[in-house]
Amino acid sequence: MQNNSKAHPYMPSSAGAAQQEMLSAIGRKNTQQLFDQIPEHHRISTPLTLPHQLNSEVELKRHLLSVLKKNSDCETNLNFLGAGCWQHHVPSICDEISGRTEFLTNVWGTPSSDHGRNQAFFEFSSQLGELLKLDMVGLPVYSYGCAAGHAIRMSARITGRREVLVPAIIDPERLAVIKNYCEPPDMSNHIRIQQLKYDQRTGLVDLDDLEEKLSDQVAAVYFEVPSYFGLVEENGKAISQLAASYGVETIVGCDPISLGILKSPVDYGADIVVGPVQPLGIHMNCGGGVSGFIASRDQKRYVREYNTLNISITDTADDGQYGFGLSCAGQTSYGLREDGNDWTGNSTYLWAIAGAVYMGLLGPTGFREVGELIVQQSNYAANILSKIEGLSILFDRNIFKEFVLNFDQAEHSVEEVNNKLRERNIFGGKDLSVEFPEFGQSALYCVTEIHNAQDISFLADQLQEVLLS
Amino acid sequence: MRRYHAAVWDEPVIMEMGAKGRRGLVFREAEKKVADVVGPAELLIPQGMHREDPPNLPELSEQEVQRHYLHLSQETLGMMGISLFGTCTMKYNPRINEIIAARPEIAETHPLQDVQTLQGTLELIHNFDLILRELSGMDNFVFQAGGGAHAAYTHCCITRAYHAERGELAQRNEIITSIQAHPCNPATAAAAGFHVVTLPLEESGYPSTDALREAVSSRTAALLINNPDDMGIYNPNITDWVDIVHEAGGLCFYDHANFNGVMGKIRARELGFDACMYMLHKTFGAPKGGGGPAVGAYGCSKDLAPFLPCPVVTNTDDVYELDYHRPRSIGRIREFWGNVPQVIKSYSWARAMGSAGIEEAAEISVLANNYMESRLLRIPGITKSHPTISGPRMEMTRYSIEKITEDTGITIEDFSNRMVDFGIDAPWLAHHPWLVPEPFTPEAGEMYSKEDLDYWIDVVAEVTREAYEDPEIIKNAPHRQAISQIDGNSLNDPERWAMTWRAYCRKHVS
Repeated sequence: MQNNSKAHPYMPSSAGAAQQEMLSAIGRKNTQQLFDQIPEHHRISTPLTLPHQLNSEVELKRHLLSVLKKNSDCETNLNFLGAGCWQHHVPSICDEISGRTEFLTNVWGTPSSDHGRNQAFFEFSSQLGELLKLDMVGLPVYSYGCAAGHAIRMSARITGRREVLVPAIIDPERLAVIKNYCEPPDMSNHIRIQQLKYDQRTGLVDLDDLEEKLSDQVAAVYFEVPSYFGLVEENGKAISQLAASYGVETIVGCDPISLGILKSPVDYGADIVVGPVQPLGIHMNCGGGVSGFIASRDQKRYVREYNTLNISITDTADDGQYGFGLSCAGQTSYGLREDGNDWTGNSTYLWAIAGAVYMGLLGPTGFREVGELIVQQSNYAANILSKIEGLSILFDRNIFKEFVLNFDQAEHSVEEVNNKLRERNIFGGKDLSVEFPEFGQSALYCVTEIHNAQDISFLADQLQEVLLS
Repeated sequence: MRRYHAAVWDEPVIMEMGAKGRRGLVFREAEKKVADVVGPAELLIPQGMHREDPPNLPELSEQEVQRHYLHLSQETLGMMGISLFGTCTMKYNPRINEIIAARPEIAETHPLQDVQTLQGTLELIHNFDLILRELSGMDNFVFQAGGGAHAAYTHCCITRAYHAERGELAQRNEIITSIQAHPCNPATAAAAGFHVVTLPLEESGYPSTDALREAVSSRTAALLINNPDDMGIYNPNITDWVDIVHEAGGLCFYDHANFNGVMGKIRARELGFDACMYMLHKTFGAPKGGGGPAVGAYGCSKDLAPFLPCPVVTNTDDVYELDYHRPRSIGRIREFWGNVPQVIKSYSWARAMGSAGIEEAAEISVLANNYMESRLLRIPGITKSHPTISGPRMEMTRYSIEKITEDTGITIEDFSNRMVDFGIDAPWLAHHPWLVPEPFTPEAGEMYSKEDLDYWIDVVAEVTREAYEDPEIIKNAPHRQAISQIDGNSLNDPERWAMTWRAYCRKHVS
């Protein structure tokens, strides 16, 4: 039933005699009879009217490009936006491998026929396991916030408790996700979220407030290193020791790209570690590159509570040959439906492959180098910008990758400044003034390994001009 | 039969490869002017937080890493042969979309950029929203959910907010679904805090309307249901179901994962549903990625739209905005707006197909499935579910090799292991619990040619013949794959499972 006489490139049976042959083989006159299960009164009330068909790739490409040219991107602009989606270098091999049709299009074959994909997944978990010093790493979930949400629910199941402590300084996107995972107060399994104050001087978790809020009703304490404001926690050990004294699980959210120069959270007492996968060889994709990992010790106490699918190495019928298969699928939603752990489904597994390639390319020295470059450049940027009349850095110690630039003394709003910067092809830092009004006109700036000193100078010069205008 | 053989690279695990000092990607040092100002990196890290023990990662050159992962890609059959993985709607993922999505206008954009710099992306997202509204009858779509299950979860969160606003959430703590609904329906309902009521299938192939009537009450928050189900059976009473649940005060969600056979034939909203979900990586031609990144497109009526997660793309006189100011919104079920490249790829697919193409795809899918059924059922030992239902199935049929298993001892898992020796992806079986023993479920879709379908069926016929004449070859299959049959015994044994190389070394290497 087509109004176009050409066969469609995506449908071989739109051409020639195939449909007729199939109809004859099943003794039917037309395809309409095959829809008999659908009663007449269910049928669509008005004909389907979609934008006109662009069956020629020539026209399709032309159309898409004509719309996309209305975008402006972070290649043609100098970008300082971070906050949960960061501009890192994506190695060409990562693009090549995650673009391979074999990896791009498969769904879930047998362990022998999709061996390559399963091995790539195992290598993601293995390499991330080395960065984290943890033996149990699940396949990744939808995002950093979702990983934190699942980890919090895991802790509630492990401890039987229904409270969680999270920092007051946390990405509102992640907090909103966590709130949904914790269920509303009206529901019987609600997990009460309490936020931990920050130390006014350092911006880090206030240990006194932690002590006050800890109790044997708390399932987990969750904190991030670096924090939403880019700060590296100094008191991780103290936090986890305090938590442990109440039987509370410690969940740490960390940035895997920092783990060449920063300790693994395991070394300051983390029980469960979560974090973003996007920094490991995945483009920003306008936020579509997000993905989150969950990891822990390989102890039944934890492993049994994972909601994820997991790949384990195993033997095959051939001596000395490795294979890979699903482990602990029985406890997931696929195994137990509503009695499974949370749920799982299509997730972000292609990004696990990109991440495996990334970690393989960097090796231990690469992680040290990229970590050093990021920590030095982001601190440099904070230093240079703090010298501009009217600007100050909110918390200027322990910076990794991001920092908060305050504009209160400059008497310009972040919004005004960002609008002017945009005219100069600069994307300024995320405006924090609505989500954290106590910090006035502040913006979260992100500096990674893709920037250099000249970029910082350019930013500084342009900011100076904007503030004087 | 093809004399197919998979690539066999006997590829080591990357952890065993390389040598000390090799580098795949190097980074420059900080410039002198930077180091002069901030000093060495160690000084910038708080005491006690320095990584003293370098991570135990392999050290390889760039080409070694490239070659290793290329080998692994070659050892992934996936969709390289013929894959008729049921309920996953295997179809062509147009390559043009990969090329477009890799462009910096998409790949190098940040979701927090000022909307003025993203008018192109927002226009494509909005226009795809309009396309889905036309297909579904719904009033508004969002794409934040990272898959179908996540969209079901989105509906459960919206259901919570809807009833909470009415002060009825504590009372309405039950969600109804069917045993044939995807496991994510009951699972996300439970994760959202609801008790789950599961209706059993009856002889008709779907639960009875009486069973639904008995299940609804003042505790009913919502109905989560698919239609047709993944046996290709369509519930003709679905509009009565919607009436019954609405009367009881619940919301109705249409899990439209199985949309490929009914596109252009029905609209979820016209059937009375309050919300529905489409899977862009199934019906809409976006690639599956071996399990994501994906999109569960969630659409709803204007009554539920205020609860949608933020942000929502709006269009005022061709100026696009992101609406974050929605006080009744459930907030976020994931950071940012969702998988933007997938949305754009799906928009592109929908434009390439147009109304005529989409209607034709539905017809070809259902025709091809019925054609396959006619040939498959002529293979001795192959039966279908609910044989007494007279009408034709939709885009999928559930089969069983139960008779073959009785006669020969060959199970459907054995069968699948042998099918891959012929260069075709193993079929999807069924969700747990298996309502039909030894099940398999192919879905022809509209992408495969008749000769591809015939080959797939010929392979089933061949393996069936082998089951009766030479079962050993099946029991020890596969023989022409990247690796031999795995030993599944260690996978669920805590003493032997190993999700990382370090766990493997600890448990297995002395």
